[in-house]
Amino acid sequence: MQEQDRAWVATRKGLFEMRKRAAGWSVARRSFLGEPVSMLLPPGPSGRMIAALNLGHFGAKLHASDDAGKTWHELAAPTYPEQPADVTGPAWKLSQIWSLEERGGTVWAGTIPGGLFRSGDGGESWRLVDALWYRSERAEWFGGGFDAPGIHSICPHPGDDGELLVGISCGGVWVTRDDGASWSLQADGMHAAYMPPGQTDNPNVQDPHAIVRSAADPSVLWSQHHNGIFRSSDNAASWHEMKTAPLSSFGFAVATDPRDADTAWFVPGVADERRVPVDAALAVNRTRDGGKSFETLRSGLPQADCYDLVYRHGLAVDASGKCLLMASTTGNCWASDDAGESWQEVAGHLPPVYALRFG
Amino acid sequence: MGILQRRRRWHHPGMARLVFTQQLRRFTATPEIVAQAATLREALDAAFRVNPRLRGYVLDDQGHLRPNVVAFIDGRRSRDRVAQSDALGPDSQVHVLQALSGG
Repeated sequence: MQEQDRAWVATRKGLFEMRKRAAGWSVARRSFLGEPVSMLLPPGPSGRMIAALNLGHFGAKLHASDDAGKTWHELAAPTYPEQPADVTGPAWKLSQIWSLEERGGTVWAGTIPGGLFRSGDGGESWRLVDALWYRSERAEWFGGGFDAPGIHSICPHPGDDGELLVGISCGGVWVTRDDGASWSLQADGMHAAYMPPGQTDNPNVQDPHAIVRSAADPSVLWSQHHNGIFRSSDNAASWHEMKTAPLSSFGFAVATDPRDADTAWFVPGVADERRVPVDAALAVNRTRDGGKSFETLRSGLPQADCYDLVYRHGLAVDASGKCLLMASTTGNCWASDDAGESWQEVAGHLPPVYALRFG
Repeated sequence: MGILQRRRRWHHPGMARLVFTQQLRRFTATPEIVAQAATLREALDAAFRVNPRLRGYVLDDQGHLRPNVVAFIDGRRSRDRVAQSDALGPDSQVHVLQALSGG
């Protein structure tokens, strides 16, 4: 089996393993049926995969599998330190594990209410990244889609294990280049229409719904922001809005071709106050020239009475840059084998989808 | 086993009894605890000593009762969700349950 022939779909009611066979994609295994799975980390170099559960009664938990989902065992969940009595703002309590990434033997977990945790032992134990958590600027962060702010995007640098970029809703873009010891705010160029005059350009209040780094050129980053599509070609030193996307520049998800930094896909919605496809017809916007122009792809996607929303982790591209998977809050899942030109429905009755990843 | 037998089995004079919802069993061990405990927190701590992982299912990072977990002491809902200082009687029956607010 090739890595691109398997994908994992984290949903409101379980984790689903998808396999690509001659007849197409289908569900091969279910884990945690009935439980909300907020994020997953596909099997890494060690073979370990991690699933993040968000139990309605009993809190956020982590489980690991060393046999690709056949068996699972519980890991320690990241835990916040004791909250000083005089500290206001969001409670220092783990609400949700929103992002998981692995690089160079370190597993990173981004959480709501805004803490980044790291593990050097495959998730068996966790440590809060103090240097980010105790930044004074954190007091300005606020929730985007949830009551408290959260880290939804973690972008390691393929050429430097000490460099990491995180995207925060709503707290902008933060970068470390010394393995988490110090952090800098790098959201210059983003703008926030939801802020009062004088605050729209404040990098610390930006809401980048999702950020992905190009594997082809790691200095290139793409973001689907609350107020538009942004690209950086200088490793987040500056961001520039790509204004020509058809239909709408509002959305959550973004994926970029691992072989071509100029190619990226987006799933537009009407606007923040109406989070459904434009004209109730699902479409994908693709650029192949770094955001100068976009084309709208619809073949195989529902074009009438469609109200599916694709969340920020609901769109993924495989290592070839040709195969994409996309899944929605309505439990639909589509696959493309031709870089988004045409799509086939893979599943029509999944629970609401939170995250989807190849691997 | 009849009701009388079950009561006799669990009746330990001067000791509180702590029972966790069966819904927790699919995640972690839920021992039934009989302990000398003056407060709800003391009874919970006795259970956490038997299964340390249980603590994170009942209490949050700050040691507060999770928002969608509820404890009943002799049929009455506990009141102190922060420190669980609710007093237990010598023969109190404590049930820790999932609150319907959690879905």
